[in-house]
Amino acid sequence: MSDIAERVKKIVVEHLGVEPEKVVEGANFIDDLGADSLDTVELVMAFEEEFNVEIPDDAAETIQTVGDAVKFLEKNSA
Amino acid sequence: MRRVVVTGLGMVTPLGSGVEHTWSRLIAGDSGASKVTAFETEDLACRIACSIPLGDGREGTFNPDRWMEPKEQRKVDPFIVYAMAAAGEALEDAGWAPKTDADQVATGVLIGSGIGGIGGIYDASVTLHEKGPRRISPFFIPGRIINLASGQVSIAHGLKGPNHAVVTACSTGAHAIGDAARLIMLGDADVMVAGGAESPVNRLALAGFAACRALSTGFNADPTRASRPYDKDRDGFVMGEGAGIVVLEAYEHARARGARIYAEVVGYGLSGDAYHITSPSPDGDGAYRCMSAAVKRAGIDPSEIDYINAHGTSTPMGDELELKAVERVLGPAAARASMSSTKSAIGHLLGAAGSVEAIFSVLAIRDGVLPPTLNLDNPSVETAIDLVPHEAKRKRVDVVLSNSFGFGGTNASLVMRRVVD
Repeated sequence: MSDIAERVKKIVVEHLGVEPEKVVEGANFIDDLGADSLDTVELVMAFEEEFNVEIPDDAAETIQTVGDAVKFLEKNSA
Repeated sequence: MRRVVVTGLGMVTPLGSGVEHTWSRLIAGDSGASKVTAFETEDLACRIACSIPLGDGREGTFNPDRWMEPKEQRKVDPFIVYAMAAAGEALEDAGWAPKTDADQVATGVLIGSGIGGIGGIYDASVTLHEKGPRRISPFFIPGRIINLASGQVSIAHGLKGPNHAVVTACSTGAHAIGDAARLIMLGDADVMVAGGAESPVNRLALAGFAACRALSTGFNADPTRASRPYDKDRDGFVMGEGAGIVVLEAYEHARARGARIYAEVVGYGLSGDAYHITSPSPDGDGAYRCMSAAVKRAGIDPSEIDYINAHGTSTPMGDELELKAVERVLGPAAARASMSSTKSAIGHLLGAAGSVEAIFSVLAIRDGVLPPTLNLDNPSVETAIDLVPHEAKRKRVDVVLSNSFGFGGTNASLVMRRVVD
């Protein structure tokens, strides 16, 4: 797992209070990890803070799984 | 109107988690005051408070994980966690866990707070200033606003009846119980989960109340002696935190399901001082009218009152004004009445004070024990009323009066009595 993927996983585990083994690439934040709409807003904020990037609202809407987040961050973080 | 009784009790206080633990320490004469160590206090005028003893739940420590998932606790200010704990305990104590839609709709929640999530508002303000608006959490608002105590409790327990909140400063807890009782009397609900919760032990609230000249500042080196209602050396209140929540129920509803009944809520009085934003009116008239209204509603003679749980915050002005107003209500019966301020042990829980103290009053009926007024070494005025100095005492108690008076000149009194079938 890449460094970015590890950091994403850590944030997801912390914020959603889920077991680490459930945080797999295909896991959907809402359907699989029990997040609600406010949780996903906070997750995106946590990614912004950790990776020092700005994630615009239209991009944030496309980040629905752990893999989506990793892909976006691999492409956009410094 | 329908009769209303108390069937469940729950609390988190500076003396510990749970009603029985708090009550036994209160009767033993313990104090919940200590030097604040959770944050920097060197530049504050008041450096002491009555804080919740956190722990794993053993020996009466408060373990929040028992009542709310850690990831949910992170999103809210502590007053909501305290409310969840006290409400959970009260519902368990009442044996009331509504499962049918009809029972859920008949059960409401009315939990208030004086100032709600002031700690979280402070933290978010700093974040906004330092990092900008994009760093404000989506949980900032729903974790700080006062009615979310009622909201969270209703969601956790499936309570679909009236969902309401009171905000009347230090009268909040008493108003919540009184208003909830009325909702049951009028038939809007059969069962209400009611009380107050508060978490003001932080730098901002300590600075703010000190600026009002409301806090004790002369006992920073000797915290357990600071809260000393009626004593001539008193110099302000000691901030407390926690929650007190009761389950109120229509008498017939409680009887029908065989619930244990602690007491009946027979009187509720409200009044406004219309005098000053923080000072009580010098003639004590607001307090007098409030108590008189509660006594009248209860349909009792003042001489029937066995125990009064005073507002008695340990401020120089307030204690004596309340005492005079109580003497005026009781008249010649003052000589047989007992009154104590349990704030001498747990501090002033602001919006939770009225409901925690209403629970102490109910327990005085149950156990025939009066909790003491600690640190009352030299009363500042003479009175015929027994102020229960230093040590708890035994006395049969059938009728209690619990007083709460708040900033803005808002007053509430509750009269409760042993149930007579």
